Amino acid sequence: MDFYRSHVLTCAGTGCTSMDSRLVRQGLHDELAKRGLDKEIKVLETGCFGFCNMGPIMVVYPEGTFYCQVQQQDITQIIEEHFIKGRPVERLLYKGQEAQATTEMENIEFFKHQERVVLSNCGKINPENIEEYIAEDGYFALAKCLDMTQEEVIDTVKKSGLRGRGGGGFPTGTKWDFAYKSQSDQKYVVCNADEGDPGAFMDRSVLEGDPHSVLEAMAIAGYAIGANKGYIYIRAEYPIAVERLGIAISQARELGLLGKDIFSKGFDFDIELRLGAGAFVCGEETGLLQSIEGKRGEPRPRPPFPAVAGLWTQPTLINNVETYANIPRIILRGADWFAGMGTEKSKGTKVFALAGKVNNIGLIEIPMGTTLRTIVYDIGGGIPKGKNFKAVQSGGPSGGCIPAEHLDVPIDYDSLMSIGSMMGSGGLIVMDEDNCMVDIAKFYMEFIQDESCGKCPPCRIGTKRMLEILTKITEGRGEPEDLDNLQILASNIKNTALCALGQTAPNPVLSTMKYFRDEYEAHIYEKKCPSKVCQALLSYVIDPEKCKGCGLCARNCPSDAISGKVKEPYSIDQSKCVKCGECMARCKFGAIDKK
Amino acid sequence: MECQCQTAVEKGEQFLAVDRIVKQVGNDKSNLIQVLEKVQHELGYLPEEVQSYVAKKMSVPLSEVFGVVTFYALFNVEPVGKYKISVCLGTACYVKGSGKIIEEFQRQLGVKSGETTEDGVFTLEACRCLGACGLAPVLNVNGKVFGKLTPEDVGGIIAQYKDAV
Repeated sequence: MDFYRSHVLTCAGTGCTSMDSRLVRQGLHDELAKRGLDKEIKVLETGCFGFCNMGPIMVVYPEGTFYCQVQQQDITQIIEEHFIKGRPVERLLYKGQEAQATTEMENIEFFKHQERVVLSNCGKINPENIEEYIAEDGYFALAKCLDMTQEEVIDTVKKSGLRGRGGGGFPTGTKWDFAYKSQSDQKYVVCNADEGDPGAFMDRSVLEGDPHSVLEAMAIAGYAIGANKGYIYIRAEYPIAVERLGIAISQARELGLLGKDIFSKGFDFDIELRLGAGAFVCGEETGLLQSIEGKRGEPRPRPPFPAVAGLWTQPTLINNVETYANIPRIILRGADWFAGMGTEKSKGTKVFALAGKVNNIGLIEIPMGTTLRTIVYDIGGGIPKGKNFKAVQSGGPSGGCIPAEHLDVPIDYDSLMSIGSMMGSGGLIVMDEDNCMVDIAKFYMEFIQDESCGKCPPCRIGTKRMLEILTKITEGRGEPEDLDNLQILASNIKNTALCALGQTAPNPVLSTMKYFRDEYEAHIYEKKCPSKVCQALLSYVIDPEKCKGCGLCARNCPSDAISGKVKEPYSIDQSKCVKCGECMARCKFGAIDKK
Repeated sequence: MECQCQTAVEKGEQFLAVDRIVKQVGNDKSNLIQVLEKVQHELGYLPEEVQSYVAKKMSVPLSEVFGVVTFYALFNVEPVGKYKISVCLGTACYVKGSGKIIEEFQRQLGVKSGETTEDGVFTLEACRCLGACGLAPVLNVNGKVFGKLTPEDVGGIIAQYKDAV
């Protein structure tokens, strides 16, 4: 084995890769080789550190120096300063709001409040090297389980209090028990990696950064329920995750950790990948099973539940990526350790994708019961540009918008339900005063309309009618009875849609109507959009005080709505204005305003 | 309506590709989506005669193949442009103004979302979450991600690819 004086960990997750971290890594590698330092300093690629808007990220060990936004042109300086002279490059360190540069990751506010269990290997090990996973006690949990009885494994999962991380929050151990008790010669274990919730990328990061933890957990689940075949259903939109899973599966097969007679205990288990083809509804478990069978991913009524009749009508256990990633840790560290984290009914940690109008965007893992205030203000660093917080959207198209008054609610499965949202898979989108909540509700309804599979009328037609009403309101044609109609449609869809996606589809509308009714009313009664988003309700006006009469706006107006004399204030003819906003974008004097 | 005057040779090549892929993936019914994905990867899209040939090779009714092709967003039944511009309309991008970005593309390219420019260079589409929310608003052109966009960046991106044609 070779010894190196320094290890450079570079993020190879989707966020950093999109910011050309590959070029930075390659450049560093080449430059070190050129200077003959490649035998002393090793450059490695790891999974996601989570701090995505600070990417590309690079951490140098043994010091643990955390560099952010590293570009190709920074390479020479890093080598000369850090590796040759032994002092950190101040310029590339993280500077928080206190404007004081921090060298270590642990001292950064973004990481301080986190508890990394599921993400513990992400940003630490090379996901393409099984030996690094094994060095972190990888596959030890599987070995341990094979010495336990099936009941003991299921009991441990039950006692831990782990609940499904994909959205519903169903107790995982109970689900395993159902699948175990279903009698059949052939059973299946499925991993739902069809993370379609827009704005959520937790599962992607786990698969990119620590793919073996999911494979190991699936093998454990296979042993526990008596299955020897597993499928991972993953979105084709995640090419890096697909590639790493492929590598991980073949490495595990080579070492005999998947395949026949694992650990010489007579247990066979193998895993196959299935790629999704871009259908949100395939995240619903029965839709997903149809898709694995090569059919249209249309959900079917439950019962029978997949644990009784799933893939090819055989008993099938389906869990999501993050749920599986918890399993090896629970087996190794014990159910009590896991149950010691979180709230009374929601144990452990949860990974959230924090995005939208917040300073620190990225992937975070926190104990259940952390408040939204901690997430948005401490970890997230507050709202950019000094704007006011308006809401956090959780649970994607099935969830709701949480207003400022609930920022101090400790979040877990049940508390989120009680305030009209849900955990969902873990996307948290922060919105500020510039986001119109009626427009956001319409956005989600458009999404549902696009993605509805069309099998059941409440979802296919009901959400279409809701979208039409919302469009009417945002275009200034809203009528007072619209709010009642939305409410009636919402409750009918909730009660009658076939699958969970349809049943929860009205949630974004219901929660915004509950907490931001004044915005709906302003659109309907005053024909105004308070956040100045809905174009049809805005008028562009020129401030005669500020207008210098340069005529730039008039020359660029596509509908010839602006007229005036050079060097005198111009004016906009509202009857001709198409509200494209071009004039406002062009004006050099800030003389044009939306009202 | 697409052009029907393909030569027998071209069609033969398309069918050979299907033969090869079905043989490689296996003609079990459950492999239908994988087969279609690979065929589309090679041919760019799935014209009717190809769908019907896949149906024959896999012993699945054409109606089922058509059902699958039209169900999943990934599959195209029309030829797509040389460059596919996918503008993310996931929530994180949307709250940061990606709606304005796609509008600008529509204006500059003169096509609606889901359409291809007349010269066959660009296909514009909306997609839902690339998972690069830290860079919102983002878009993807044939696998290359552009982030932290403003409507002013649109012209430059189009020009960059147009010049490469």
